[in-house]
Amino acid sequence: MRFVDEFREPELITRTAEEIRRLADTKRHYRFMEVCGGHTHSIYRFGLKDLLPSNIELVHGPGCPVCVLPMGRIDDGLSIAEQPGVIFTAFGDMMRVPGTRGTPLEYKARGMDVRIVYSPSDALKLARNNPDRHVLFFAIGFETTAPSTALTMMRAKAEGLKNFSVFCNHVTIIPAIRAILDSPDMRIDAFIGPGHVSTVIGCRPYGWIASNEEKPIVVAGFEPLDILQSIVMLLRQLNQNQKKVENQYKRAVPWEGNRAALKAMAEVFELRPYFEWRGLGFISQSALRIRAAYAEFDAEHRFSVPGVRVTDPKAAQCGEVLKGVLKPAQCKLFGKECTPEHPIGALMVSSEGSCAAYYNYEHRKTQALTHLSRMPVSTPDVTAGVTAV
Amino acid sequence: MCLAIPGRVVELLPEDRSLAVVDVLGVRRKVDLGLLQEDPPLAGDWVLIHVGFAMSKIGEADALAQLRMLTELGESDAAIEEVQGYGLGEEEAEETAAESKAGP
Repeated sequence: MRFVDEFREPELITRTAEEIRRLADTKRHYRFMEVCGGHTHSIYRFGLKDLLPSNIELVHGPGCPVCVLPMGRIDDGLSIAEQPGVIFTAFGDMMRVPGTRGTPLEYKARGMDVRIVYSPSDALKLARNNPDRHVLFFAIGFETTAPSTALTMMRAKAEGLKNFSVFCNHVTIIPAIRAILDSPDMRIDAFIGPGHVSTVIGCRPYGWIASNEEKPIVVAGFEPLDILQSIVMLLRQLNQNQKKVENQYKRAVPWEGNRAALKAMAEVFELRPYFEWRGLGFISQSALRIRAAYAEFDAEHRFSVPGVRVTDPKAAQCGEVLKGVLKPAQCKLFGKECTPEHPIGALMVSSEGSCAAYYNYEHRKTQALTHLSRMPVSTPDVTAGVTAV
Repeated sequence: MCLAIPGRVVELLPEDRSLAVVDVLGVRRKVDLGLLQEDPPLAGDWVLIHVGFAMSKIGEADALAQLRMLTELGESDAAIEEVQGYGLGEEEAEETAAESKAGP
């Protein structure tokens, strides 16, 4: 069985990196934003920055659905966990995200029934198997994940389940990109577009970025070569003064998106008039809520939640890092009060958070190198072992 | 969480056309095909899986390249853990029911 193993072909990676150097105008400083947390993770994981010339700067975008949730929403979800008989379920990524009075894991340690699920279907199964308990699913994610929540709720309705509800925190990617472009303290030249969100929404929704904002955008895959090729495509556009939407991730992303997924979302969800995002403030029509027809599965309909706005700790600069104004290491708390072991905000916890990615791949490497550079250098005894001729 | 895992459709379930048994790195689990109803995969096809749902079909060469990369990076363990977490089978269903009766 023959398969293409492009990752292992260092020649192809090297050639693409050389092409980037050839295309990049040395008189320019390029700022490319990768929107998606998965891309941020890949960039650090594969050390892609080391392959780029110094005049190409990668700016991390807000595409981390856990990171952009304000603390107050975490508190709201956890307040439901405190209700008698509730089984609180969420993806693993949520478990160590701090609310005002602790993380979901800490709530579990205090006696609440908190469980990790890997799929909204698992939460539904729990509800089927535990008719005397109420199962809450804390739903997060962009358009990649929302269709799966929607389908799950359609099944719940078809089965007439009475003990299942969803606390919906799905957000949409286009308004976040718009907020970045509208922000006075940001200058972005081009975008590396989200990969898996685009399998659902397709490439068409990015059209306004090219035509109205006049910035190139390339929808990219997650492997090193995908990201490097996307940067080549962006540079080619900029050099030719083009502003287009291009699809580098054709193997997974259909231009028109996934119609069944879009239909499921439209069936179950509608847009909230506005929603608060950590770092970006209130953005209109940027998040999903559950339609009235599915109200019995809407946790906000079945439970009353505090709905208190909670701002981040004063010293934490989560918002600025999310917007890309600050790099993770520039946050005053980075690596000191805020580490993966004791995180202040979700960016240090989530697998798609830029602080976690930077800490786990770059920071540790820098620390190790600094440590090594401080060690005394011993001069080897060159005469040892040399026998007289 | 943005990440999607390639898996090979092993068996379609006649009693529920929206589910299929999918193999990811040797682990077999039921995955929901509800988002691919307009062009459903057949046994032997490869799909990209995200939170227990197949999101799109992908070619075998691309799937194998991605799996090889995941393994090279030691991230295959996380992928396997996630896939094992999907689709509670009968034994696991009993386990969670027992856990519920025991209380939080």
